[in-house]
Amino acid sequence: MQGPHRVGFAFKPVRMAIVRAQGLGKTYRVADKRPGLAGTLRHFVNRRERLIAAVQDVSFSIEPGEFVGFLGANGAGKTTTLKMLTGLIHPTSGTVEVAGCQPQRREADFLGQITLVMGQKQQLIWDLPPLDSLRVNAAVYGIPPEESRRRIAELAEMLELGDELRRPVRKLSLGQRMKAELLAALLHRPAVLFLDEPTLGLDVNAQARVRSFLADYNRRFGATVLLTSHYMADITALCPRVLLIHEGRLFYDGSLETLTQRLAPCREVRLELHAPLGAEAFASYGEVEAIEGREVRLLIPRERLTEQVGRLLADLAVVDLSVSDPPIEDIIGRLFHQGAVA
Amino acid sequence: MGRYLSTLRIFWIASLTAELEYKANFVIELVATAGNLVGSIFVLSLFYRRGQSLGGWSWEGALVVLGVYTLLEGVTSTLLQPNLSTIVAHVRTGSLDFVLLKPIDSQFWLSARTFSPWGLPGIALGAGLIGYAAWKAGASPAPLTLLAAALMLVASLLILYSLWFVLAASSIWFVKIWNATEVLRSVLVAGRFPVSAFPAGLRAFFTFVVPVAFLTTVPAEAILGRATGPWLLAGGAVAAGSLVVSRWFWQFALRFYTSASS
Repeated sequence: MQGPHRVGFAFKPVRMAIVRAQGLGKTYRVADKRPGLAGTLRHFVNRRERLIAAVQDVSFSIEPGEFVGFLGANGAGKTTTLKMLTGLIHPTSGTVEVAGCQPQRREADFLGQITLVMGQKQQLIWDLPPLDSLRVNAAVYGIPPEESRRRIAELAEMLELGDELRRPVRKLSLGQRMKAELLAALLHRPAVLFLDEPTLGLDVNAQARVRSFLADYNRRFGATVLLTSHYMADITALCPRVLLIHEGRLFYDGSLETLTQRLAPCREVRLELHAPLGAEAFASYGEVEAIEGREVRLLIPRERLTEQVGRLLADLAVVDLSVSDPPIEDIIGRLFHQGAVA
Repeated sequence: MGRYLSTLRIFWIASLTAELEYKANFVIELVATAGNLVGSIFVLSLFYRRGQSLGGWSWEGALVVLGVYTLLEGVTSTLLQPNLSTIVAHVRTGSLDFVLLKPIDSQFWLSARTFSPWGLPGIALGAGLIGYAAWKAGASPAPLTLLAAALMLVASLLILYSLWFVLAASSIWFVKIWNATEVLRSVLVAGRFPVSAFPAGLRAFFTFVVPVAFLTTVPAEAILGRATGPWLLAGGAVAAGSLVVSRWFWQFALRFYTSASS
């Protein structure tokens, strides 16, 4: 078995950790059923079950105030891990400790110190303005009215929310709703934030606003944040440290910079040409990823990027050119297919 | 305890605000409930037309039973139905996670989150009918009788709540449990009549299996001042037992949810 790579990250005394997972594992029992009626009948008579290890032997610790990105392809075990950290599911093996408590016991003391934001689920009451949901949360968390008003005002200002708090949730845009969700999730001023895709489906502007809010919040309150996102921009902007999980195992734990350099030594260059060209025309510039008519995608090593882009522009009839990092899913996919990390 | 009370207040204010957007509902509900009640009284009167009686109950006594039933229906529409029917939705959409992450009892949250005013006409009509029929039946408003009546009504509500909650909580395994609560609701219709009006087999079923007897007949007996000690004790015991079972069942269901959900 392969241990996680630790790069640029030194162990500090374990006592200080606010989140600690040790040998964490979760195995699901799923029905092994073939499709169709025959499969269903056979399953009914002869029930077979299979064990699926969603998470295996994951260990890490996070210190107060850290902003950590949690990366992995769909189904890699991110959500399962987050649910174990918040106490929503019980680990099959290993131990978890968050804010000095065992999450699965769901003690009030623990629940008052954490929050979970899920991009695809909402807690605000659909037909009412966010303020009504906030009032409910204030009561549930035992925040006095005066204090809760003060906190709402402060967070609303940080989130640039105003009148939206008085409009029914169903009439808000997705971006406004997400900001209101964040406000509701942070009213009790949790010390540890678990954010599962908080920018899912937001437009670029709204994403940027949520991002700057999270950075601001982390600085202002010293809160610890564990963030999963499909948008690499969220991770690059916010997370000095990332955890990478693949097929249920912790694959990497360290700085984002080292990870991207290692995982994506190349950048992606998209070209739009005047006239289509064959793949052989690009061989001297970089690796051809795809050619669709007049559009070409190339992978060019970071250190030669400027030089090669210059050559491309000089040599070919280029209509448009853009440079980007390949999507994180691609980076991770390539990595595991190539077995580049030994 | 204080936190639960203040939370309850906020819960109900929030849901009232949401519901009162639809004021016409109130009138419609009042008319529908009154219509239903008139229909039930008519059906009941058919039994008594030729001087017969229903299971040994006088006309006024049977009206008290019907009053208790109407009152329960009102409470069902106000609290049970709006709250417990959302458990299924919570399980399906995964928003149960948010409930479980709140530092408050999850059963309390799920059972008391919403207050729908549309059952209030039923509660008022039921209470009115109980008062009128009890007065016609010559029941004395002695303090002890009132106390016993109040206790048995509370017991009846707790039993109904627990039954319903257990069924709704089963949605953690069977997400389409909604039909089962409909079945429960139709079985409870039997509570319109005194339990002694049914044949012996059904009577046993309605007493020991689905405790319909404790829902309407026993409270009615208490209101009429006829409840005997053993029945009062049994009513209290069944209520306490149901409540304990519902709490235990919820913890059990949650253990399953928290070890199986993804």
